[in-house]
Amino acid sequence: MSLLDQPSQSLSSGGMTRRQAWSLVGLLAAAVIAWLVFAVWPDWLNAILISKKAFVSAILNGITLAGLYFLVASGFTLIFGLMRNVNLAHGSLYLLGAYIGYEVTTRTGYWLLGVAAGFAVLAIVGVVMQVFVFRRLEGDDLRQTLVSIGISIVAADLMLAVWAGGTYQITTPEWLDGALTLPIITAVRSNGASVFLTYPLYRVVVLAAAIVIGVGLWLMLHKTRVGMMIRAGVDDRAMLQASGVNVHAVFAIVFAVGAGLAGFAGVVGGSALSVAPGEDVRYLLASLVVVIVGGMGSITGAAIGALLIGLAEQIGLVYFPTYGIVLTFVIMVVTLAVRPQGIMGKAR
Amino acid sequence: MSLAIATSSATAQQNWLEKLGAGHIILGAALVLYPLVASDFFLTQIGGYSLIFGMLGLSLMLLAGYGGMVSLAQITVAGIAAYAIAILGNNNSNILGFGWPWWLAVPFALLAAALASALIGWISVRTEGIYTIMITLAIATATYYFAQQNYAIFNGHSGYAGIRAPVFWGVNWRDPRPFYYLCLGLAVLSYAAVLYGSRSTFGMTLQAIRDNPRRMRALGYHVTAHKVFAWLLAGVIAGLAGVLLVWFNGRVSPGTIGVDAAIDVLIIAVIGGLRHPIGPFLGAVVVILMQTFAIDIVGAERFNTLIGMVFLVIVFVSQDGILGLWGRIKPHLAQESLRPGP
Repeated sequence: MSLLDQPSQSLSSGGMTRRQAWSLVGLLAAAVIAWLVFAVWPDWLNAILISKKAFVSAILNGITLAGLYFLVASGFTLIFGLMRNVNLAHGSLYLLGAYIGYEVTTRTGYWLLGVAAGFAVLAIVGVVMQVFVFRRLEGDDLRQTLVSIGISIVAADLMLAVWAGGTYQITTPEWLDGALTLPIITAVRSNGASVFLTYPLYRVVVLAAAIVIGVGLWLMLHKTRVGMMIRAGVDDRAMLQASGVNVHAVFAIVFAVGAGLAGFAGVVGGSALSVAPGEDVRYLLASLVVVIVGGMGSITGAAIGALLIGLAEQIGLVYFPTYGIVLTFVIMVVTLAVRPQGIMGKAR
Repeated sequence: MSLAIATSSATAQQNWLEKLGAGHIILGAALVLYPLVASDFFLTQIGGYSLIFGMLGLSLMLLAGYGGMVSLAQITVAGIAAYAIAILGNNNSNILGFGWPWWLAVPFALLAAALASALIGWISVRTEGIYTIMITLAIATATYYFAQQNYAIFNGHSGYAGIRAPVFWGVNWRDPRPFYYLCLGLAVLSYAAVLYGSRSTFGMTLQAIRDNPRRMRALGYHVTAHKVFAWLLAGVIAGLAGVLLVWFNGRVSPGTIGVDAAIDVLIIAVIGGLRHPIGPFLGAVVVILMQTFAIDIVGAERFNTLIGMVFLVIVFVSQDGILGLWGRIKPHLAQESLRPGP
């Protein structure tokens, strides 16, 4: 009797739907995070989490890194979602973009020109790759992937030949230098004055750019005709082709956007961090994990995945330095165990 | 009476020889006699090294050819066995090194490799097709970074050095000739095991699952269990290769299990061909000969461009590496010989 009563009881007397319960959990989590960020920490919390400055910096660094990862991974996920093409040369595209940005910026002195060149050149490289290489192997996932591995090997070696093994730093223009004082109190001095957190302006700009581009991509995918074709292609490529759309043109556009974003991210990331051989593997790993966690072919998924991985990496760096990568790994394994298609991925 | 027995045993022997095939016998004899003509350099740097990487490729071929799962984590599995040997046995890096004798350390290293491989398999078989390559690449890269960052277990950037191949039965197995025969013996063992296994019930089931997992599931087979078991077997072979590799190099560091090495194994298997167990060994010989001698032609620095180009050409031209090319040329040759002379 009581067993039978339970469902109706929970529905009528103050029960919640699943959705309401989740939004309550989300609200609570947001409140806790807001408190952690804005409140002045008591001593015991400082003792546990090293210091508020370290904690908040880790969170902010994680979010800005997530912005960078999102830029790289969104191209990767679009290309995979539409063409079933695992482009393992995506990290090389990032690195090439960074080198080109460096060359253009140092020769002309205009950073914005470097950013534009990074995007434009890599977009062209992407179209060339799609038209001359991947189109010939269409429908053969494995060989496309193998070819992209071959390209990444050759590309890495040729970039090493041109730019050698040194580390480069792209100089940012003056108006992006300097620090921003955030309304976050990290500590209170003994004389009662509050210490506010300062954060590099450039990183905030990177994050803003990532958000703008993310929103732009979302609008392009959901509000334009090309975006409609791309989404249709992700769901059912054969049907899209049958309805008279020039699929190859759509493919070329997606490859241009995806590769261009990787190049753009290369210049932006190369200004915030540094440009060196080996970065290609790092960003390839980031793209892979972001896309596995977020789900294939989903921009929203890439954003969520990038946020998780960026935060995990930076928090891991501060709190368990030599085991940081394990956290990333655990996120990936848990996602695959619970939801193999990724957080926002569609089951196929 | 005794004559009858003798003839029956003779026919049995003949059958056994026939089963082995002329190709295998010639190849086996050539490999056994190879040390008579080869210098120490050719014996270890080419012979032993090719056999080790051939075994790594073989473990990949088992998964990719029979199971349809292309893995990039085989070097990671081998690396786990290599690190286990360094940690359980002796090393001169003054970290860990329990000093176990080889006959205790090797089985445990193989066990660790097999379990790690099964775990990687269990993670990656949750998805299908091309996802496997992405997940295994992510695992391989993450393990590489972890080994580089972690000092408590992996001794960070420098890894472990001073690992000696054992001395037993009065033979120092580090000497070129014994080491070559050790590699050859284990490689032949793994090769025969894979060949035999592919015709066993399990092998047939695995190939059926590769071709149509849904049908096999509907027939009542446990698809995941079969796949994970294939990973376990591949892990044993990769682990064996890892043990040989650490004895060969005398050291193991994150560079051993880096992304380059992971891709090298894939290149070897793909260049050789993924449909027959002999392919990876063929690929290993080609790649290692190139690695050793192409340096004289293109210089040490641009070697990767050359190997990448060769790899690209082979992937473009042939569905199945050198074996696939051979399969395409062979009928032409046969017809050529049938034609009357001019």
